[in-house]
Amino acid sequence: MAVQTTIRKNAYYDSVTLMLITKDLAKLPGVEDILVGMATELNKELAANLNLLTPELEALSANDFFVTAELSGEASMEMLVSALDALLSAKKSSAGSSYRPASLQTALSNEPELNLALISLPGRYAAAEVEKALDAGLHVMLFSDNVSIEDEKRLKEKAVSKQLLMMGPDCGTAMINHVPLAFCNVVRPGGIGIVGASGTGTQEIMSLIDQLGGGVSQVIGTGGRDLKTEIGGLMMLQAFEALIADPETKVIVLVSKPPAPEVAKKVLDLVNKAGKPVVVDFIGGDRTAIEAAGAVACISLEDAARKAVALLRGDAAPSDFSGFDVPEADIDALAAHEAGKKAPIQKYLRGLFTGGTLADEAMKLLGPDLGTIWSNIPLKPEEQLKDVKVSAEHTVIDFGDDAFTVGRPHPMIDPSTRSERIVKEAAPDVAVLLMDVVLGYGSHPDPAGEVAAQIREARENAAASGGDLTVIASVCGTEGDPQGLKASRETLSEAGAVVMPSNAQAVRLAAKIMKAIAKQGGERA
Amino acid sequence: MEERILKANQEAFDRLQLAQPTIVGIGTAGEDIPGMDKMTVLHAGPPITWERMSGPLRGAIVGGLIYEGLAKDEAEALELAASGKITFDSCHHHNAVGPMAGVTTFSMPVWKLRNEAFGNMAYCTLNEGLGKVLRYGAFSEEVIDRLKWMEKVLAPVLKATLALSGPIDLKTMIAQIVQMGDEGHNRNKAGTSLLIRELAPYLVMTDFSDEDKRDVLKFMHSNDHFFLNLTMPACKCSLDPLEGIENSTMVYTMARNGTDFGIRVSGLGNRWFTAPAEIIDGLFFPGFTKEDANPDIGDSVITETCGIGGFAMATAPAIVQFVGGTPQDAFNFTSSMYEITIGESSAFKLPPMNFRGSPTGIDIMKVIETQIRPIINTGIAHKNAGVGQVGAGLVRPPMKCFEDALEAFVEDAQSRGLI
Amino acid sequence: MKPLNGLFEKQLRVVNLGLEAFYEDLKNQSVEVVQVDWRPPAGGNEKMLSLLGKLKGKK
Repeated sequence: MAVQTTIRKNAYYDSVTLMLITKDLAKLPGVEDILVGMATELNKELAANLNLLTPELEALSANDFFVTAELSGEASMEMLVSALDALLSAKKSSAGSSYRPASLQTALSNEPELNLALISLPGRYAAAEVEKALDAGLHVMLFSDNVSIEDEKRLKEKAVSKQLLMMGPDCGTAMINHVPLAFCNVVRPGGIGIVGASGTGTQEIMSLIDQLGGGVSQVIGTGGRDLKTEIGGLMMLQAFEALIADPETKVIVLVSKPPAPEVAKKVLDLVNKAGKPVVVDFIGGDRTAIEAAGAVACISLEDAARKAVALLRGDAAPSDFSGFDVPEADIDALAAHEAGKKAPIQKYLRGLFTGGTLADEAMKLLGPDLGTIWSNIPLKPEEQLKDVKVSAEHTVIDFGDDAFTVGRPHPMIDPSTRSERIVKEAAPDVAVLLMDVVLGYGSHPDPAGEVAAQIREARENAAASGGDLTVIASVCGTEGDPQGLKASRETLSEAGAVVMPSNAQAVRLAAKIMKAIAKQGGERA
Repeated sequence: MEERILKANQEAFDRLQLAQPTIVGIGTAGEDIPGMDKMTVLHAGPPITWERMSGPLRGAIVGGLIYEGLAKDEAEALELAASGKITFDSCHHHNAVGPMAGVTTFSMPVWKLRNEAFGNMAYCTLNEGLGKVLRYGAFSEEVIDRLKWMEKVLAPVLKATLALSGPIDLKTMIAQIVQMGDEGHNRNKAGTSLLIRELAPYLVMTDFSDEDKRDVLKFMHSNDHFFLNLTMPACKCSLDPLEGIENSTMVYTMARNGTDFGIRVSGLGNRWFTAPAEIIDGLFFPGFTKEDANPDIGDSVITETCGIGGFAMATAPAIVQFVGGTPQDAFNFTSSMYEITIGESSAFKLPPMNFRGSPTGIDIMKVIETQIRPIINTGIAHKNAGVGQVGAGLVRPPMKCFEDALEAFVEDAQSRGLI
Repeated sequence: MKPLNGLFEKQLRVVNLGLEAFYEDLKNQSVEVVQVDWRPPAGGNEKMLSLLGKLKGKK
């Protein structure tokens, strides 16, 4: 090991820069000890202390620059000098990121014009922050769940008294003034206003509206519990009234699971004060009351979208849509064809969903034909899946349910929870796999891509064991979404999936195939 | 109670805004500092016993005792220091502040400052310069000789200069330097320059030899941090009137002695809340590493207490190079201090913050709520006496100081029946 | 009071507390949005929260 030096006479570099450079150079392999500096008395003394002082360095003045180092084998002064010069000429990358206030209060004092707080903090902290936001006069979108129903009630009452929105808890979708918030699709502006107590239900309706050429004015979420007795539909009512008063909104769509009866009544009582058409989708609920109130009832999310678009056009409310975009004869032929490829033991359907409402709609539409459907969000308590990780017979799973999201991101963000299950579900006795692919802001950059390989593999496995697996997918999204509707559909078709234009049509196709299989089974028996 | 606290904090903040720190002269510790005698040695930070003192503080005390002629060498000084015959006390208890070890002894010349708004005084020794100096715990002959020169030449020249110039308004000067790239703690080049500019016309008229006047000017010029020993007592006399405002949670003292970090809160009088001082995260001079560093030391953190120093980092972006940061980082550090302070300085406006006043008046409640601790720029001393400065960087007070203070504050409010 | 205080007529100015992705998405669409560097009050320290609560008049 030897001490080597480099000297630059009459060269100046500031001490801080040199200190930083010394740190970096000391890390290079073969550099045992190093000192970089101007030849001040202090630095010469330091060099001496490190046994790095040479007579040449001794002779230098404070205007001269030196590098002295003890180098072993691999390292050379040449290498050190080129590293040094690189560091000396390196420019700092553009300044660090801008300041983030540590609290809502500071954010407001820096930016007094803020008008909406989007809160996705852990549940136990969320209520306090919502309160602060409402107190400051901000509207709130509360994405967090695990907020107590008592807190929800108290906060919604406060919000209503101040004419503020409190969307949530567990509100994943909203579009205010054409700004997509959280999980939301990009939909063209138009005259349909939506109030939704369900995230993916809202997404399906707004996406289909866009696909049908319509547009939205406002999309307001209420959170999943809003229409329960305890909350009494506080947000639904407030949002409904706001859309009634909004000149841009020409048609109103309300979507929710069936509310508590007295809450449904409060909502429906507003219908004839609306002065504009109101489409009500209480998913699977009783339509009599809806129609009696003067609103338009629906049989699916797709039906709600179609009716809204027609009403927006000025047409009378069309009859229920239970068909397909292509002639039904073609669908029947497809169903027969798919059924024909199945091995005799294939008789079950599995639904793997990332959107809870879409799973729910699927079960409601399939129920009449399939009978018992096991699920982690069953229509009847006795149909609760014993072990959510193990399907049985007909099973529909909502991967966004708590059972799967404790400690893991929602499947719309991290698709692996569901994709891992796809291949497993292609058991020899499964005939049809049904799934949703949800696009939009908040979702994974390529949800279709994330299931493509697994779809291929599942179908190959089924073929290898002498059968055939039909995978039916629908894409909830628009061309304006970052992921692209067309591209996503193509990815799925190429992977071997049958891509249907909506959840309802996907489900109806599945039902036809299952019926055709059952008929075959009967004929074969 | 919340109302009472808000009101008390406003009162405390307002008193600080009214401050008019002014240089009124040069004196000596013995003549001017209250409660000073030959056997008393003042030091930086909260009170501490000899046994618990760190290397640099001990070294400085050794130097101080030799300088005073109370000991003739290190051995004697150590014996005397440990004997119990020397009274050690915080500078803060005597209207004084001192940088790094902050050792102040009887014969040492001191700056005399008065807060013209309230009439209270503050004192600080004159800055010795860079390298091996008393405040870093050095006590060699060179150090003692320099201290003697300061006593015999520097101080008298400056004293005579001030007699001619009259009082110097430090508030205005500090307001200027924070618009010139200084922050008054770790960056004082502009302040030192303005001071020399202010004094020079009078200095040349004093009745001393040309050599002495030249030496004094050269001395000040060679030490960028000469002004630090003025920003510190300026902040000290501005903050002292805040002691004892009932129900105020504003911090009016922060200080370290190389072992402990201590704070004092307006509503809690002169009680100290201490915790172990932290090791500074920063850039080390070649040949030194974190292993060599002494824990945080010095009264200079009185500048941050007053809203300058690290709180004004945005205005002195060169500082962040010490932790490999960018000017945006300096901006962000200052921005984060607004989260924990009561108001913004009416005097010290920071150009990079759009001329917003510097964040001023640390509120212990906000520190605990936001978990943001005050940011401090400081020098790093070698842990062994006499080696000197080994680097510079950023450090924060231990959270425990604020937590203990909050607990005491609540107890106090409860004992007065307010909650 | 105007329905929703005239929200539909205003330019949306969002403050985001929580998931970074929501902030990024809004920023990428040139929506005015501020990300709060949120942390639990008092770092979740129960004792400190209780002391602060006493001073703020809450239980």
